[in-house]
Amino acid sequence: MSHLLREHAPISKAAWSILDSEARERLTPKLAARKLVDFAGPHGWEHSATNLGRKRRLNDEPWEGIRAAQREVLPLVELQAPFTVDREELRDVDRGARDVDLSALDEAAQRLAVAENSAVFHGWELAGIAGILQRAKHDPIPLGDQCELYPRHVAKAVEAMLAAGIDGPYGLALGPNAYTNVLETSEHGGYPLLDHLRKILGGPLVWAPGVEGGAVVSLRGGDFLFDSGDDISIGYERYDADTVYLYLEESFSFRVVTPEAAVALAP
Amino acid sequence: MGFDQYHEPAGELPAETRTFARMCASLTEEAEAIGWYEQRIAIEPDLEARGIMRDAQGEEFKHFAMDLEFLLRRTPLWREIAEGILFHEGDIVEEGEEAEEGAVEGAASRGAPVVGGISLGIGSLREARA
Repeated sequence: MSHLLREHAPISKAAWSILDSEARERLTPKLAARKLVDFAGPHGWEHSATNLGRKRRLNDEPWEGIRAAQREVLPLVELQAPFTVDREELRDVDRGARDVDLSALDEAAQRLAVAENSAVFHGWELAGIAGILQRAKHDPIPLGDQCELYPRHVAKAVEAMLAAGIDGPYGLALGPNAYTNVLETSEHGGYPLLDHLRKILGGPLVWAPGVEGGAVVSLRGGDFLFDSGDDISIGYERYDADTVYLYLEESFSFRVVTPEAAVALAP
Repeated sequence: MGFDQYHEPAGELPAETRTFARMCASLTEEAEAIGWYEQRIAIEPDLEARGIMRDAQGEEFKHFAMDLEFLLRRTPLWREIAEGILFHEGDIVEEGEEAEEGAVEGAASRGAPVVGGISLGIGSLREARA
C-alpha cells in the first residue's frame, strides 16, 4: 500500500478516475517550470535527497590519523495542497454524473502549480532552493509595460547567452499579466507578437503563474535540474459524514547548474 | 557476462531506465525457465524427479510475479492496461483491446511518461527537441 492511502478512501474507482483526470487537466497548463527545465525521475517517495557530488571537510583530524568529510546533498521538499470533495458529489459520479463540482481540487491545483513555479523561478531560501531568477548571472532586463518592446528585450537576452557560449533553443517564461499582454498584441501588419517571440527563441513561450516578470532560459539541457521524488499524486487524509479530505502532493528538489543559461526579465 | 539487455549506449541511459531494462531481462528469463520446466516435467517419467522440478518451477512463478509487480509499480500505463486484463473472467483479447485503448489514449493525450511512480503521470512537459 502506498503512503497516499487511496485504498482507504470512500471513493469508487470511477470517482478516483475523475479526480485524477481533473487534477491532471488543471495542472498541466500551469506547470511552467516543467516545460523549460530538465526533469529527472520520479524516483519514488523514499527518495529524500539529490546527490550534489560534493563533500565538506568535517574537522581537521577528528581522530588521530583520520581525515573526515561529509557528503553534500540537497534534501527534497514535500509540497501538499489539501482540498475537500463533497461525498454526495462522489456518489453522483457513480450514478453517471460528469458535471461534478471539483472547485476545491481546481484551487488546490492552482496553489500547487504556483508553489512549484515560484520555487523553481524565485527560489525558496528555507528549503535551500536557489531559483533561476536569483541565480541568473547576466544583468536583468526590465520588462516594462510596453510589450511591443518584448522582442527587443528577448533578443537582447538571447544575445547575452550566445555571447557567453550558451546555445539555444531558448524558452521564455512570462508571468500571467505579461503573457496576456503578449497574446492580445499584434505588431505591424497584424503579425502576432507571440509568433515573433517564438521565432527569436526557437522554443516555447510559457504561461507561468507564480512568476513575477519572466525569464529567458536555454533549453539545450543540463542547466536546470528538477529532481522528482514522488510526482504529483492525490492522497487521502480522512472523511466525515459529508466530506472527503484529500490532498495533492509531490516531492522534489531543484538546482541551477549553469547560471549563465538564464536571463531574468524584471517586472 | 553480456550487456545485451541494452539497445542504446548504457552510459547515456538514466539509472532508472537501466534498472527497468534489467528487470525486463529478468522477467524474460523467468518466463523461459517456466517454459523449460514445463517441457522437462512433461517428459520426465520419474515421479520424484518430477516433484522436484515442479517445486523449482514454483520458484520461477514467484520470481516472475515479483519481477512483473516491480515493473507494473514503476510503469503506471502498463499497470493500467494490466489491471484491465489480469484476474478477469471475460474474453482475454476483448478485455486487452479495451484496456489498452482506454489507457494508451488517456496517457497519450496528456503526454504522460511511461515509466514512473503511482501518480498523475504528469512528469516532464518539455516539448520534444527538434
